[in-house]
Amino acid sequence: MKRYAVTAAIVWLLCAVSLAAPRPIADQKVSNDDCLACHGDKSMTTKRGGRTVSLFVEQKKFGGSVHGSLSCTNCHADLEGKELPHSTPLAKVNCGNCHSDEAQQHAKSLHGKAIAKGDSLAPRCVNCHGNHDIVPVKDPRSAVAPLKVPFVCGQCHREGTPVQMNRSIEQHNILENYSESIHGEGLLKKGLVVAANCASCHTAHSILPHTDPNSSINRRNIATTCTKCHANIEQVHRKTIRGELWEKQSNNLPACVDCHQPHKVRNVFYSQGMADADCMRCHANASLKSADGRSMQVNLDDLGGSRHVKVACSQCHSEVNASRVRPCETITKKVDCTACHEAIGQQYVLSVHGKLHAQGDANAPFCKDCHGAHHVLGKHNPESMTFATNVPDLCARCHREGQKAAVRYTGAQHEIVSNYNESIHGKGLLKSGLTVTATCTSCHTAHGELPASDPESTVNAKNVPNTCGTCHHGIEEQFLQSVHSPTQTKTDAKLPTCKDCHSAHSINRTDKDQFKLGIMGTCGKCHEKIAETYFETYHGKVSRLGFTKTAKCYDCHGAHDIQKVTDPRSHLSRANVVNTCKKCHSDATRRFAGYLTHATHHDPKKYPFLYLTFWGMTALLIGTFAISGLHTLLWFPRAFQMRRELREAEARAAADEHGNDEESEEGKNGGK
Amino acid sequence: MAVSESSAVGVAGYEAPQRLSAIAGVKGHAAVERREFVRFAPLYRVLHACMIVSFLTLALTGLSLKFSYTAWAPKLSRLFGGFETAGYVHRFAALVMFGTVIAHIVGLVRQKRRSGASWKTVLLGPDSLLPTKQDGREFVATVKWFVGLGPRPEYGRWTYWEKFDYFAVFWGIVVIGSTGLTLWFPVFFTRFVPGPFINIATIIHSDEALLATGFIFTVHFFNTHLRPEKFPMDTTIFTGHMPLAELKRDKPREYAALMANGELEQHLEEPQPEIVVKVVRGFAWTALTIGFCVVVWIVYAMIFAYR
Repeated sequence: MKRYAVTAAIVWLLCAVSLAAPRPIADQKVSNDDCLACHGDKSMTTKRGGRTVSLFVEQKKFGGSVHGSLSCTNCHADLEGKELPHSTPLAKVNCGNCHSDEAQQHAKSLHGKAIAKGDSLAPRCVNCHGNHDIVPVKDPRSAVAPLKVPFVCGQCHREGTPVQMNRSIEQHNILENYSESIHGEGLLKKGLVVAANCASCHTAHSILPHTDPNSSINRRNIATTCTKCHANIEQVHRKTIRGELWEKQSNNLPACVDCHQPHKVRNVFYSQGMADADCMRCHANASLKSADGRSMQVNLDDLGGSRHVKVACSQCHSEVNASRVRPCETITKKVDCTACHEAIGQQYVLSVHGKLHAQGDANAPFCKDCHGAHHVLGKHNPESMTFATNVPDLCARCHREGQKAAVRYTGAQHEIVSNYNESIHGKGLLKSGLTVTATCTSCHTAHGELPASDPESTVNAKNVPNTCGTCHHGIEEQFLQSVHSPTQTKTDAKLPTCKDCHSAHSINRTDKDQFKLGIMGTCGKCHEKIAETYFETYHGKVSRLGFTKTAKCYDCHGAHDIQKVTDPRSHLSRANVVNTCKKCHSDATRRFAGYLTHATHHDPKKYPFLYLTFWGMTALLIGTFAISGLHTLLWFPRAFQMRRELREAEARAAADEHGNDEESEEGKNGGK
Repeated sequence: MAVSESSAVGVAGYEAPQRLSAIAGVKGHAAVERREFVRFAPLYRVLHACMIVSFLTLALTGLSLKFSYTAWAPKLSRLFGGFETAGYVHRFAALVMFGTVIAHIVGLVRQKRRSGASWKTVLLGPDSLLPTKQDGREFVATVKWFVGLGPRPEYGRWTYWEKFDYFAVFWGIVVIGSTGLTLWFPVFFTRFVPGPFINIATIIHSDEALLATGFIFTVHFFNTHLRPEKFPMDTTIFTGHMPLAELKRDKPREYAALMANGELEQHLEEPQPEIVVKVVRGFAWTALTIGFCVVVWIVYAMIFAYR
């Protein structure tokens, strides 16, 4: 009995101890009631970062939350042992104290890393889960319940949010697309909570970019992710996946998202069940002809080396219907590349090519006219029509003189292709093989070509400096500071751009005579008077003779950094002019620089001395010639008379000397 | 004045048959002099040739620049090896011309010393190149002769137009030479004059050059070579020799003076060898042709292409 009593006492004691053990600790702790004494007041607020923040905690909600049995200080651990009321703001709650797995996942995720980097937009636990009112995930009231997940994520990943705008997120209209997708429709319209939501694919806490090999949406992992729900999907993909290869070597095969675009999984590119082999059953046949007689044979080798090697026929020829015996009979439209190349498609639609195509113009080029059909090679492949060195020939197909585009063109540019080929760009590209040289597309863009008259065109006068500046950046900087730039000179008159001096297509090397000698005419197109008078001075006359080793416009005025001569930055300003002369006349002085390089003796107002000198000299000339000319004219009759008489005398003498030899006729006879 | 008393004085007022007698002299007529009158000493023949070469060179290289707007100019400039080389050629020819002038003056001084004549005789005597009152009288008489109011004047060693030609060259060399030097060394000269003087020098240099070339290739050519009675050219300046008959006819006063003081004999020489005459004619023809072409070019440039 006594033994039992002892045992019972020990057990009781242990129980009592075990039950009583927390008590002393609890006694030291701040009780929830202590906190709610203040935080239960709805009007309790504080200022944080200039904003009024409510500090109210609703006792009822907290009590009903998953954390309702915890004390405030379990989470707000830094309150432990503090005097109340506390004044300082509390430290951030660390949920990881209890939820360590989730916290670790989050720390490794895109969001956690962003927080570590101090990104203010990165979400913490509280942003998705809430704070005092957290309920279990399975509870429909939970902020992260399946039905709510798209909206939780959408807080940040909607269009127009700072995250979507400022962070590099390749996908757009994520929420809209999702809500229209089969998943979104299932979840949001049909209330099917098992339908995939954001977290189903991206995971709840281990969110990683698709480029990360560990990401659930990485190419290698996406099949696993999708098959979580679509467990037997390989049966649907029987033809492409060859058994279990899809799961074992998913990197060798198209990933789910290649066909079912993420977020818009319903908009599949092709009918389920179509595979290339199905197409090739007919299209491998060389004798297959279309109604209008074109060969419909498809050579799979063409596709083999192309950029679209991993793209199935039906991804491009998208209207096929697998349930038909001849699946392609439902095709009504031509291949639309914009299904994948959307941004390029938008450019094309706005381009002159695209507009003409939309008008049904037979001449307008469409994607395949430049890129080819099945044998699409990237622009980096030298075999490709769109490889830099092949671009001029490609465009020339239509734009060479006499071809369909050149024929209908009404502008001023002619012999575009041959001019380009002879230009510095053309020679650089075609003779020197410099693939970085400007080709047609460098200036006109590859897909957004517009006529120069269009203000949006890259070759519109106002955009030309920027276009050329893509490569000639340093020159553009100089030009934009020069008197010719609209940023410096406000005028209604037409200001020159690159192409006005360098031409558009026949751009010459500026160190070649043709350019050097042509520049005066070029500048003279606008500066007519000043170019004319230049030709009256030594420099001008020498260049007229066809020699370049003399001062031309740009030698004195500068080429791209031309300023008014009154501008201190000008090469011809008071401070700079002597140095400018010294470029050729190494010993030039200020006085020497006073030479009038554009002087004319025809302007009595501007150059009276030259005018007077010229007319003085002219008067001397005319006077001298008038007097001596008159003298000569008067002399003529007498001189003729003398000649006549001399001849007569000679004839007489010859008659007198009849019989004498004739040799004497030659000799010292100056007359003849 | 014995000449004027000769029998066949034509309306033109000179003695035509004398020229014939000079020709006849070749055939050994005892009374006819075979030798020729030496009008120019070898030095002056050489200097005149130098003058022709340098003048033509200067004209071609210079005018190609002046008339750079004509189609011919670049071709001509290229012919001279480009404007740079043409510039060197131009300046070299200028040096030759300066040298010619200096040699001429030195020659004159030495000639004066040899002859032992005083400065007064040299400068103011009948053979002086300086204009005299006699020139004024001869000019008036010439005009009268032109309009049929009198006979041809009895010209001396230098006619007034020859003197004009001679001093025109001096004037031209001074004006063109000085402005040319300014253009040659513009940095040096602008130490003393303002920059726009270079512009003025350019105008003077080029317009005076136009005057010089225009005058030489038309007036001088006519006065000495193209005059119908001498057509197509007078080779005296090249060979230095002048047929005696021509001397009698053209310079009767000089002939008379030489006869009077009996010095004619020491001015007579055997005619130049055939080959010399041929070379001389070739040279003169070339010079004349270039000169005519330049005149045509100038007229074309001034009238049809002027800017």
